[in-house]
Amino acid sequence: MKKKVVCYFSAAQSEQPIIYRLVKNYDLIVNILKANINPAKEGFLVVELEGSKNKYEEGISFLKNLGVIVEALSETVIWHEDICIQCGACASFCPTEALSIDRESMEVSFNDSKCVICGMCVECCPTRAIELHFEVREAVH
Amino acid sequence: MGYKRTYEEINEKIRKGQAVVVTAEEVIDIVEEKGLEKACKEIDVVTTGTFGPMCSSGAFINFGHARPRIKMKKVYLNGVEAYTGIAAVDAYIGAGQLPETDPENKVYPGCFTYGGGHVIHDLLAGKDIRLEATGYGTDCYPNKKVDTIIRLEDLNEAFLFNPRNAYQNYNCAVNLGDRTLYTYMGILRPNLGNASYSTAGQLSPLMNDPHYKTIGIGTRIFLGGGTGYVAWNGTQHHPNVLRGDNGVPRVPAGTLSLIGDLKQMDSNWLVGLSYKGYGATMAVGIGIPIPILNEDILRYTAVRDQDIYCPIVDFNEGYPYSKPIDLGFANLKELKSGKITINGKEVIATSQSSYPRARKIAGILKGWIQRGEFELTQPVLGLPSAEANIEFKSIPERTPNGTSLNARNRRD
Ligand code: SF4
Ligand code: SF4
Repeated sequence: MKKKVVCYFSAAQSEQPIIYRLVKNYDLIVNILKANINPAKEGFLVVELEGSKNKYEEGISFLKNLGVIVEALSETVIWHEDICIQCGACASFCPTEALSIDRESMEVSFNDSKCVICGMCVECCPTRAIELHFEVREAVH
Repeated sequence: MGYKRTYEEINEKIRKGQAVVVTAEEVIDIVEEKGLEKACKEIDVVTTGTFGPMCSSGAFINFGHARPRIKMKKVYLNGVEAYTGIAAVDAYIGAGQLPETDPENKVYPGCFTYGGGHVIHDLLAGKDIRLEATGYGTDCYPNKKVDTIIRLEDLNEAFLFNPRNAYQNYNCAVNLGDRTLYTYMGILRPNLGNASYSTAGQLSPLMNDPHYKTIGIGTRIFLGGGTGYVAWNGTQHHPNVLRGDNGVPRVPAGTLSLIGDLKQMDSNWLVGLSYKGYGATMAVGIGIPIPILNEDILRYTAVRDQDIYCPIVDFNEGYPYSKPIDLGFANLKELKSGKITINGKEVIATSQSSYPRARKIAGILKGWIQRGEFELTQPVLGLPSAEANIEFKSIPERTPNGTSLNARNRRD
């Protein structure tokens, strides 16, 4: 299985070789998507974990036992209309028509309820008008 | 031979606020409804527009002198190198230039988040730009290093001078290979996964004046939100190509070199772009007015997307290795529908040039002319036409044996 999670940790936990243990002891493929650690060494880590279901669950409980707060990632795609130049490069690639072109006016619009967060549009947008946004809280204390 | 008018007559009407101006999109229906003869009597000017990535763009800048004076040998704007092999504090910042620290395609495909086009965009947006310059020091220019912050208003001169813009027609790129390609035409998915095109079609300046009968050197235009001029034919201007019955080229043909004062332009119409795996560039907004001097000229401006074809070019082997692979032509109207058929396969079409923005530019230019703010200029010289028989050359393959790099030391 493959899942994206957010891990919130405190200073003591950030000293631990968490990623190393996840790889070594639980045989998980860890892909760090975003990390933010403040000078007080608290912060969050957005990771994609891939491995067998058992190992995945064991890995998650290992994190929780350390006191790391683990939550499913809520991602959103934000379309910055003011940055978009209406080139249309993204829309034909969008698998769900969340980004679509009105073929009369050739104007692009975004309907976030249709978006499945595949990320294709982020790859092909030349103005970086589309942003993958991770919902993360303030660092825990 | 039908109705005729001169530049002077048109400008007279513009000055009185009476000129009849329509966009290259609007003119299509008018000509269809009223016929050429009647429409020609009514319409004075047709405005065109295009807004898309144009790598061959950049700006000349004069920074003014530092105290003590410096002869710049290297100059960087926000880390992006500008060319300064000209006078002491003159430089040229090119849209495609990258910072020296850019990882490029070392981790493929690279992101190219910032380049020369972004610097120009940021200058226009009024942002602070870091200027770092070094020189070797001379008696007249003793300074060796400048490191400061500049803004557009601090510059003596800043003018856009783009060697090649407004390509008349462009390739429609596809990928016949079996891996995803990252190109200046955007992402090309394998096995004809998509077809990427880049033209404003029926709104595009040179599509509306296919034989360069009105657009020439000295033509005043909309450039980057301000006014500019056609300075010369663009690089790779190659007019004697295959054309349709309507005169519109079926392959990339004419190009324009454009110039204009950056200080009166607008960051909305010069936008830095990042093409994954390819590089950085800039989208340039251009609008060119076409004076309706006679019925012939009007007929050309009534060109429709369904009358325009672009060559389908394979970017796996065809383009990079110049292999002739015949995939035929794609009709622009079909491309704009989002799907075309190639070799019997339905392929999604993705565009790089912004049609809504092109339409907006044609509309803005129309407004300027209607309000008497923008008069037309008669070219001082025409662009080379198909009759000029310009040859499209490649780099010769010769062995540089015995040809010293330092040619002045040669004694032969
Ligand atoms: S992330 Fe995927 S589904 Fe969502 S808008 Fe972009 S391309 Fe469409
Ligand atoms: S690719 Fe980016 S700039 Fe182009 S239409 Fe989509 S969001 Fe807008």
